[in-house]
Amino acid sequence: MSTALAESVTKLSRLDIARRAAAMIPDGSYVNLGIGIPTLAANVMPAGREIVLHSENGILGVGPAPAEKDRDRDLINASKEYVTLLPGGAYFVHSDAFVMIRGGHLDLALLGAFEVAANGDLANWTTADRRFPPGVGGAMDLAAGAKAIWVLTDHVTKKGEPKIVNACRLPLTAKGVVKRIFTDLALIDVEPRGLVVREMAPGLTLEALQAVTEPALILAQDWREMVVPAT
Amino acid sequence: MPIDKIVPSVAEAVSGISSGMTIMISGFGFAGVPNDLIQGVLDLGATDLTVISNNAGTGTDGLAALIGSGRVRRIICSYPRSKGSDLFDARYAAGEIELELVPQGTLSERMRAAGAGIGGFFTPTGAGTELAAGKEIRMIDGREYVLETPLRADVALVQAQAADRWGNLVYAKAGRNFGPVMAMAADLTVVQVREIVPLGLLDPEVIVTPSIFVDRVTLMDNEREWDI
Repeated sequence: MSTALAESVTKLSRLDIARRAAAMIPDGSYVNLGIGIPTLAANVMPAGREIVLHSENGILGVGPAPAEKDRDRDLINASKEYVTLLPGGAYFVHSDAFVMIRGGHLDLALLGAFEVAANGDLANWTTADRRFPPGVGGAMDLAAGAKAIWVLTDHVTKKGEPKIVNACRLPLTAKGVVKRIFTDLALIDVEPRGLVVREMAPGLTLEALQAVTEPALILAQDWREMVVPAT
Repeated sequence: MPIDKIVPSVAEAVSGISSGMTIMISGFGFAGVPNDLIQGVLDLGATDLTVISNNAGTGTDGLAALIGSGRVRRIICSYPRSKGSDLFDARYAAGEIELELVPQGTLSERMRAAGAGIGGFFTPTGAGTELAAGKEIRMIDGREYVLETPLRADVALVQAQAADRWGNLVYAKAGRNFGPVMAMAADLTVVQVREIVPLGLLDPEVIVTPSIFVDRVTLMDNEREWDI
């Protein structure tokens, strides 16, 4: 399935998806950023809030990317990109990084997705294609251990197929864990009554969004146009 | 007699590593990878190896070179595919290397269990997924848990920042990653360091790996750049 969206729709860039999600992270939260769009959020955290970013390779207090001259090969994030450490930050052994994840100490994890189902099931570790070896990394630990999971993803695949589906076809990362989905087209909450659209990209209609989303969408009464905050 | 775990060369550091062994290799991405020691294993010619490492190497040196050489029969890791993991990708696509994929926290906890003498543990990670297939499942407080068993190795190859002659270690930033937990979980722990310092100089309050977990230490080549 491939559905062309009207030209008047303003899709969010990958950085803007990260920016929109970052703006909703509560002050004082301890948050893990997964590989892909989520790690971009470290560069666009909202001003005036103190949020402690956790990286699975043993860092609390991850700061934004350094200038090229300040890169340190011992200081990288889960995506193997150079980062910095904020005052108050700490380094620790991998097993403690996962004690934080698996022991329920993280308030929130932002993850990428291949597929998200209407019931919050998440698939993001394997395509079952031998040319692309599977990579689970910390995804199953985060999905099982963080207090809340938000997914940040493009709304459709490169082929234009929906990534928000009735039921995952790909092998699961975890069952029923996703609470909120940020895409280049919408902000959608996963609720017991179904998928509730809170925000849509400028120029988008519910019909057009539904056409690229498998499960039936519910438009929130107080829905609004998605505004990307300045950072 | 004074304890002295410092050995003068990489060749002596890796001596005794032989075909068929299971080897843990520290590092996450390009941080904290013991490239000198991996090269030492390559030079030894040991083959039919099982490697335990978070990733499967990138570029043309280090773990990628070991895998590319065909010496690794099986790899146990969480995230083999990365930008530049071409040597692993090709062997995997050709069915020339076995892959045991383990969630990253389960990987580190299985090593910690081995190091701590724990016979296994139950974790919710992976419950209801393909990676729990064939494993014992137990309901604990209404939640599904998966039984995971300890992961030991014959040898751990670790990179650290500094050591003294007893083998006390401190690390550099996120280069620490799996080093301390691997050092606990192998019969022989071999460490390459950027700096060797006199005994007593490392602050006892900040030693990360106490010397009991370390068998051999060698100074790495701080000038050499690796394609990883």
